[in-house]
Amino acid sequence: MISHFLKLEWKQFFRSSHWQKGIALKIIMGFFILYFMVAFLAIGVGGYYILKKLYPALDPLQLVNSYLLYVVLGELVLRYLMQTLPVMNIKPLLILPIKRSALVHYVLGKSAISFFNIISLFFYIPFTIVLIIEGYDTSGALGWLLAVVLMTQSVNFLNFLINKSTIALGSIVFLLLATIGVQKFDIFDITVFGGQVFDAVYASPVYSLIGFVILGVLYNLNYKQLKSLVYLDEAVSQKVEEATSIDLSFANRLGDVAPFIKNDIRLIWRNKRTKTVFLMSFLFLFYGLFFFTQETYREMPAMLMFASLFITGGFTLNYGQFIPAWDSAHYKMLMSQSFKYRKFLESKWILMVVMTSILYVLSFPYLYFGSRIFLMITAGAIFNIGFNSLFLLYAGSFNRKKIDLNQSGFGNTQGTSATQFLIIIPLMLLPMLLFWVFNKFVGYNSGFIVVASVGIISLLLKKQAMNYIEKKYIKDKYVMINAFGKEA
Amino acid sequence: MITIDTISKKYGKTEVLNVASIEIPTGQSFGLVGNNGAGKTTLFNVILDLIRPTTGSVTSNNIVVSESEAWKNFTGSFIDESFLIGYLTAEEYFQFVGDLRGMSAAEVTSFIGEFEDFFNDEIIGKKKYLRDLSKGNQKKAGIVAALMGNPEVVILDEPFANLDPTTQIRLKQVIKKLTDTSNITVLISSHDLTHVTEVCERIVVLDKGIVVKDIVTSAATLKELELYFSV
Repeated sequence: MISHFLKLEWKQFFRSSHWQKGIALKIIMGFFILYFMVAFLAIGVGGYYILKKLYPALDPLQLVNSYLLYVVLGELVLRYLMQTLPVMNIKPLLILPIKRSALVHYVLGKSAISFFNIISLFFYIPFTIVLIIEGYDTSGALGWLLAVVLMTQSVNFLNFLINKSTIALGSIVFLLLATIGVQKFDIFDITVFGGQVFDAVYASPVYSLIGFVILGVLYNLNYKQLKSLVYLDEAVSQKVEEATSIDLSFANRLGDVAPFIKNDIRLIWRNKRTKTVFLMSFLFLFYGLFFFTQETYREMPAMLMFASLFITGGFTLNYGQFIPAWDSAHYKMLMSQSFKYRKFLESKWILMVVMTSILYVLSFPYLYFGSRIFLMITAGAIFNIGFNSLFLLYAGSFNRKKIDLNQSGFGNTQGTSATQFLIIIPLMLLPMLLFWVFNKFVGYNSGFIVVASVGIISLLLKKQAMNYIEKKYIKDKYVMINAFGKEA
Repeated sequence: MITIDTISKKYGKTEVLNVASIEIPTGQSFGLVGNNGAGKTTLFNVILDLIRPTTGSVTSNNIVVSESEAWKNFTGSFIDESFLIGYLTAEEYFQFVGDLRGMSAAEVTSFIGEFEDFFNDEIIGKKKYLRDLSKGNQKKAGIVAALMGNPEVVILDEPFANLDPTTQIRLKQVIKKLTDTSNITVLISSHDLTHVTEVCERIVVLDKGIVVKDIVTSAATLKELELYFSV
């Protein structure tokens, strides 16, 4: 039985869309994963010495121990938001002659080797090895490692137990804030208590076996709960959202473009991935803080230009790069309707321009960093509105990857191809280069003026550009219909 | 009138469609029958200019569909669920299609009102997005949307599949009304020989992309088709 499940897992993994992607994307994805692994490894290896250097009076292990309970609470919140049991996978297996209990064990067992559980090992294992090298008691250190691994697994299963209830999330967040609070005001220091628990495990490793008991109990609770829920109307059901309609009649004033604008607003608000893009664009507003607050970047005008473009460009860049793949699911239908293609494109353009303008208004507090920074943001906004919006529409005609709107937005690379990497050059590097060259050889103000001028000139040439873009889309119609029809 | 002239479609070396010539006069109800992979959907996609044929061309009311887009003004179609916009409610979808077809909000509402029986209380006012409707209900919404804006040509791929018996009967009435009372050309494909012989004046049988039968429907047609397919 297990070998069957393992075979399925193997095929699911290697036949998933992750592997069907272009080579460039594979390399970049691999690079990111490697980066995370190396980062955790580095902290695991170097963590001991860093703590030793920062707090020479304290024992690094005790220091880590005292904060482990915070790690548990923090992990719970993170997992609550990002991790769910992959129950839908077993739907096709339900009608086959496999025991329900085997299916439940399969789902639960699979969750034990999820990303969340593995990545922390990249810290704990090297940290333990360093402890042993540094002369800590070997059995104590190994006992400690076993205890934290069991703790991670327990948190994994605890999460699935409480995952359904928002009350649970509320209480965890409250508990987290409360413990931080009482610690701040010296009422009760949880780090002392937490520290004692894990110090005790190090002192007598036998205690780590208690972790097995906790894990066993939590696993059993999960097993019982899930087993009674493996029915199509319970755990193995697709959630149906109640439709909420908001009045969008204000858009009617836009005339011919109105139906598309209304559609686009609904597209963004009612689908997970687009909603993430929309909400993230407000987070990009804060991007500048990383750069403007650091002295090193103050002397690197090209980098400041980079940040300025991102502040107002979050939406345009993230939404624009996947036009028209957002509409890939119903692209055939659109292409059989009678409308001017221009209206469809125009609607996307208006959306990008309006959002950039809103983000620009919201960026006014950056005046705090001085008028030069603000001028730079203004130039960036003009460039985003004038050049980037049009350029992204043009680049969109090269999109050949379908996007499934219902999938979550975090770390989702569906729809990504070489196009997305190539367009970075004109979108970001061109204004940075322009700014750098003119700033260096002509003078500071000329940098803004040139970047802003490119934006304004593009805006003035909008009609010609749109004609050209429209022709390109119509020419590529059949290829796009064919590509969007394929499973993502 | 729709003229299909030497349409063929090749993917690599395999030819999926090869139709020498079919003329569908205005107002005809035209049925397309064939087993899976016979090329029915491909042919409809070619007529809707969603797939480019390898050779030949389709003319609809004197417009070559791959050269001008004017045919879209008088053509309504529903091929599959990808013709629906999943994140809209049925009402919003009808409004969207209505907007594109130049209907006012009031016109859309009254048009949809005519189909109250057809929807059987399953579509309108349900507070559900189209993606969450059952296959049959999605089909109902798609078919009605294809009829919006007074089309002269209506193309429906497998309209009877997934529909409940009551709706199948109602759909047959709707299609008959279209071709009897007004001069609308209706093209449908179906796996259900009974339905298609009941509704269509003419039936074309495709096999592996080739027209093998072109029959004017009579009392003997159903028997003839059943005999052909019971191999």
